[in-house]
Amino acid sequence: MAVDQVAPAARPPFFYDPRVRAIFFQVLVLALVILGGAYLVNNTLANLARQGIASGFGFLDTTAGFGISMSLVEYSEESTYGRVFLVGFLNTILVSVVGVFFATVLGFLIGVARLSRNWVVSKMANAYIETLRNIPLLLQLFFWYFAVLRTLPSPRNSVELFGSFFLNNRGLTSPSPIPEAGFSTVVISFAVAIVAAFFVARWARKRQEATGQQFPRFWAGLGIIIGLPLLAAIVTGFPLSWSVPELRGFNFVNGMVLIPEFVALVVALSTYTAAFIAEIVRAGITSVSHGQTEAAFALGLRRSPTLRLVIIPQALRVIIPPLTSQYLNLTKNSSLAAAIAYPDIVLVFAGTVLMQTGQAVEIISITMATYLALSLLISGFMNWYNQKMALVER
Amino acid sequence: MSMNPHGQESSASGSQMAISDEVAIQLNNVHKWYGQFHVLKDINLTVHRGERIVICGPSGSGKSTLIRCINRLEEHQKGQIIVDNIELTGDLKHIELVRREVGMLFQHFNLFPHLTVMENCTLAPIWVRKMPKADAEETAMKYLERVKIPEQAQKFPGQLSGGQQQRVAIARSLCMNPRVMLFDEPTSALDPEMIAEVLDVMVGLAESGMTMLCVTHEMGFARKVANRVIFMDGGEIIEQNDPEQFFNNPKSDRTKLFLSQILHH
Repeated sequence: MAVDQVAPAARPPFFYDPRVRAIFFQVLVLALVILGGAYLVNNTLANLARQGIASGFGFLDTTAGFGISMSLVEYSEESTYGRVFLVGFLNTILVSVVGVFFATVLGFLIGVARLSRNWVVSKMANAYIETLRNIPLLLQLFFWYFAVLRTLPSPRNSVELFGSFFLNNRGLTSPSPIPEAGFSTVVISFAVAIVAAFFVARWARKRQEATGQQFPRFWAGLGIIIGLPLLAAIVTGFPLSWSVPELRGFNFVNGMVLIPEFVALVVALSTYTAAFIAEIVRAGITSVSHGQTEAAFALGLRRSPTLRLVIIPQALRVIIPPLTSQYLNLTKNSSLAAAIAYPDIVLVFAGTVLMQTGQAVEIISITMATYLALSLLISGFMNWYNQKMALVER
Repeated sequence: MSMNPHGQESSASGSQMAISDEVAIQLNNVHKWYGQFHVLKDINLTVHRGERIVICGPSGSGKSTLIRCINRLEEHQKGQIIVDNIELTGDLKHIELVRREVGMLFQHFNLFPHLTVMENCTLAPIWVRKMPKADAEETAMKYLERVKIPEQAQKFPGQLSGGQQQRVAIARSLCMNPRVMLFDEPTSALDPEMIAEVLDVMVGLAESGMTMLCVTHEMGFARKVANRVIFMDGGEIIEQNDPEQFFNNPKSDRTKLFLSQILHH
């Protein structure tokens, strides 16, 4: 008899089997979530029914009846709530895109300045970062809106810039372009120039591979993109006139206006986020060991190709993931717009429309889904870019 | 100079390799400070084309700093450094010209991790020498074969062993067709079994007549290929001699102490 033999891994008692336990707890969690969800839905429906609020999305076709101070698409008081959603959504996207652009440019500049060997430049960048990122964003937004832009003079006493830009407490009034006959030629030549610049760059790369000769791709491309439309404009006799703003009574007519809410929001969001991006950029560049620079120098590479070919490609893989979350932060922080009455999706849709219709569940769900979709879109794009730039290495 | 810089009489293998009268590197009264710390004190050194010089000394003696001054990774504050008849001053043009002609190897290889072995080798020829890509790749392949790893050309540095990485680094330097090679402790970061493969390549390089300055503690290598060994301590050149004299008959007490520490343990 094999009494003294070790028992061949007997099955553990039922409840001590890890597989049984795993299944049990998963079923338990799922059941709780479903029960909780059902309770919430049921409760909400019962409450809505008791208050006599119809649920559903029919309200989106109802006339809104209120005005919006800034709209990228046609909008009037007769437009529907659905239209309000679109206006608010586009305004949110506009402020996010413009904010991300300026935050990135400013952030990279300050991040590099922070690493400068020039003592003054480096300390100034440091002071910027430490000030901006340690003051609440809402406060900064109030600063730009109430302390800076709202205290500007009235339209009659506008600050005049270059004779045709007027800065006052109703925003920045500037001339608006009016295309005339022949303007399409300029637009087409611009498109052609972009394609041409692309092909020149490709030709330059091929030629360098074949003959080793280098070509100033960047400057040539820039020259083509600026030069060709300029030439077309000269040939067609500058087919663009300007509607110059004019002071009539208490306000300007003609021209176009950037409302102060928009300016304040973009300035606050981009300067605030730039401080974080600057730190990310600095960390990215310092994460590349100094040995890399030395090796490149020892091979005879100059400073700028060293940065472009050796340092930046390695820094980017460290920079991109946290940069993504800064872009997401900026987009979501744009909802602070409500505090200064910039007509973004939260203010006009989750605010005014909600007050007027009382369709809280639907409206908040739509707004949340919108932000979620927007954020997923941004992080999807950045993940794709990250994968493209990521170090293959092994 | 009282020393015998050529070492024709003694160093057995060293004397077989040709050393020309042409001066490759000339250092006159070179001083360097890190803040208050005097790293290099009045260094005078003449290196002829084809010489293989090993520099040794305790850590902190300034030997790495010395060779890093020769391609201006470090700046000297006083004295003259002339490489290939070009004086190293603040002039960026001069620095660039010198760096093209001087290859350097580092303790930690410093390969570019985001580029393949082949791209590591062709980067500088393409961007500095303005070589066509096909030619640069051909040259790179030639040197990768010489360091015996042509089959790794499409891999990334992270996929290679330390010894292989250092051999890629040698190939990368050779692709620029340098006239002088500097080695900053090239085997110190390697596992013992990988040191030999790197030293073999370096011996081959010496035999091809390359002018070499080598900071290393590989005394076997020094005996085998060096025609001159320099001992540094406290930022000064204490002693220099041909390997046989240096190892068998050191003159200064500090050299004796150093040799006893590294040879007998």
